[in-house]
Amino acid sequence: SDALSERDKVKFTVHTKSTLPNFKQNEFSVVRQHEEFIWLHDSFVENEEYAGYIKLQKLGEGEGSMTKEEFTKMKQELEAEYLAIFKKTVAMHEVFLCRVAAHPVLRKDLNFHVFLEYNQDLSVRGKNKKEKLEDFFKNVVKSATDVDDFFEHEKTFLLEYHNRVKDASAKSDRMIRSHKNAADDINRIASSLYTLGTQDSTDLCKFFLKVSELFEKTRKIEARVAADEDLKLADLLKYYLRESQAAKDLLYRRSRALVDYENANKALDKARAKNRDVLQAETSQQLCCHKFEKISESAKQELVDFKTRRVAAFRKNLVELAELELKHAKVPFQRHSSDSLYCV
Amino acid sequence: QSASEPASLPAEDISTNSNGPKQDSLFDDDPEDLFAEATEEVSLDSPERDVLLSDGPSPAITPITPPTSVLTPRIGLHDDMFTHSSFDEVKIEEEEGGDSFDIHISVSDPEKVGDGMNAYMAYKVTTKTSISLFKSHEFSVKRRFSDFLGLHSKLASKYLHIGYIVPPCAGKKHWMTKVKVGKEDQSSNEFVEKRRSALERYLMRTVKLPVLLKDPDVLQFLESSELPRAVSTQALSSAGLLRMVNKAAEAVNKMTIKMNESDAWFEEKQQHFENLDVQLRKLHASMESLVLHRKELSVNTAQFAKSAAMLGNSEDHTALSRALSQLAEVEEKIDQLHQDQANADFYLFSELLGDYVRLITAVKGVFDHRMKTWQKWQDTQMLLQKKREAEAKLQFNNKPDKLQQAKDEIKELEGKVEQGEREFEQISKTIRKEVSRFEKERVKDFKTIIIKYLESLVQTQQQLIKYWDAFLPEAKAIS
Repeated sequence: SDALSERDKVKFTVHTKSTLPNFKQNEFSVVRQHEEFIWLHDSFVENEEYAGYIKLQKLGEGEGSMTKEEFTKMKQELEAEYLAIFKKTVAMHEVFLCRVAAHPVLRKDLNFHVFLEYNQDLSVRGKNKKEKLEDFFKNVVKSATDVDDFFEHEKTFLLEYHNRVKDASAKSDRMIRSHKNAADDINRIASSLYTLGTQDSTDLCKFFLKVSELFEKTRKIEARVAADEDLKLADLLKYYLRESQAAKDLLYRRSRALVDYENANKALDKARAKNRDVLQAETSQQLCCHKFEKISESAKQELVDFKTRRVAAFRKNLVELAELELKHAKVPFQRHSSDSLYCV
Repeated sequence: QSASEPASLPAEDISTNSNGPKQDSLFDDDPEDLFAEATEEVSLDSPERDVLLSDGPSPAITPITPPTSVLTPRIGLHDDMFTHSSFDEVKIEEEEGGDSFDIHISVSDPEKVGDGMNAYMAYKVTTKTSISLFKSHEFSVKRRFSDFLGLHSKLASKYLHIGYIVPPCAGKKHWMTKVKVGKEDQSSNEFVEKRRSALERYLMRTVKLPVLLKDPDVLQFLESSELPRAVSTQALSSAGLLRMVNKAAEAVNKMTIKMNESDAWFEEKQQHFENLDVQLRKLHASMESLVLHRKELSVNTAQFAKSAAMLGNSEDHTALSRALSQLAEVEEKIDQLHQDQANADFYLFSELLGDYVRLITAVKGVFDHRMKTWQKWQDTQMLLQKKREAEAKLQFNNKPDKLQQAKDEIKELEGKVEQGEREFEQISKTIRKEVSRFEKERVKDFKTIIIKYLESLVQTQQQLIKYWDAFLPEAKAIS
């Protein structure tokens, strides 16, 4: 955003807005000096891994960076021009950063992240600062794995979701099992009551027969509830347990493709350095890249679909579950109970 | 041995009497012949048949024609008995009874007294009544578990052997088994509540018997602030009774003199209670299983609820996430519903069945006592017969001094035979009354409690409707 001329240094405020999970906040600002931009640029240049990319244009001294004296001179001489150049300077620095941010690979660069986030001087001056910087680096390294925000989110989400669906599936099975056991008991009770009804010599015989009927009704209800819960809830959870596992497997395949791609890049760099089998390495690298991009594209679509399907399936099944539970709870058990029994 | 026994036999004594060996010791000269004679003697056709033997064993025989007038009310009712209606007899009961049955006993406020090894649970026993027998209309005392067992022990020893169906009190063994099997600990709220409820039902059943309500031990138990500590709580448990009954049944089978039922009523009733026992035990077992499974269902539903909540948390689609949380809430409410229903299953239905299984053991015991009373009477009769023969022999052989002794013994035995018959008639009468009272109670109990139980099922259903009705729109709102 803005630049501030402070004594003899120009300081730029770099404001970042990001939804990437590996930043500690969604919006943050740091102050950077020109030297630090240069440091970042140099780090890109020096990084072998980025050998295959178009080099970023260096922010030269003569382009949009001025010393304070020059600023003052300009200011004194032509204020409007000064302002324009100032804006340009800021813009140039911003463009530089934005180009880095837009680049699919460079945006993941560790130094870039440090540059954006670390709220103290980057220029390695003095031991303390170096140590602090190293510490910061260490922390950043831990969280910066897969930078692509969509897939990062999906990975975190799926890991947790899968475990929870697994648990819910197991628990729903246990619940339904108990329900079935209860229904079996009620069945036995109904038969015993029937036998008692046929045997009893008192007024109770008719009573027992009636109660036996009611228990048989209850049993049917309980058995159907258990069956419907099995169908609408347990099966749903089992299905999405398998689906979430499949989604995890997909992400894993993509990770593998990424690793292959990264390895191919390394191999290409080596080949170029040794100037041997360069073409082979290039072909292989391109294949890996293509494969990775293809899998990423399809995986993204897959995962989006997964969500849509999941939401629809849960909706359908939960609605049907509730409707069936209501249907069973409303069976006219009431009509037959107390009133008619008092008369028996 | 049995000839000199007093009218009130202590309960424990009975188990040592077995008919088989007793026969042998009394008639050691010629068991076979004597039995044959005995059989002849008691047949209808025998010219020697006298009033004492009117309880002839022939199955075709008409109902008992009792020698004493005390039993008159019973005569006209035999036909009713056979047609299975107990109402007439009941009416007579009520006319004789007088006082309306208005008493309510509650057992409450269980509290731990003392600590360590000597700690025990004390219960407050509150009686509310308008019956004049009691000193006041409402009063409370503190009692401990052994006090209840002590009361039962006393009542059983006084009344069981003369035909009263004394309600059993679940003894220490029963509760110990519960602790082992149910993995409950004695101090758990559930255990305390089960026991409290059982003790309450025990007292209510006890006072429903008019003869027990008037008993001084019962009155003392309910009213007196201090109760002497029950020394022997080896109350005649239902298990003990059952053992006794089975032993007696075995002895009867070994006997060559069979007690042929002149009165088909007793035979029929005995069979009826046998069948009832089998069925109630089966039903009780199924009910206990249901209680267990319902409790399991409650626990598993609660666990599922938590799991669903977690799933809802990790679901990133907002509406679905909310619906899953709502599902978790519904399931949590339902788990409470299952818990409540399991309690109804238990306290209403299962305990009713358990109580009646124990009660029927007492009924069987009472029938068994009648058999023993009959046996005792028969034995005395046989002894009398033997003495008469001996007397005849002595007269023939002309031994005057021994003759007098024999005549004295015969006189004594004749008295005992009369007493034996009276006791048998009495116990038979009491049992008829008791069985009719018991059956009336049973009908009332089962109807009242089962209807209450069914109402609990209906209530559960109504709650389920409420919960799922509230959830359905939430599920539909997912988009």
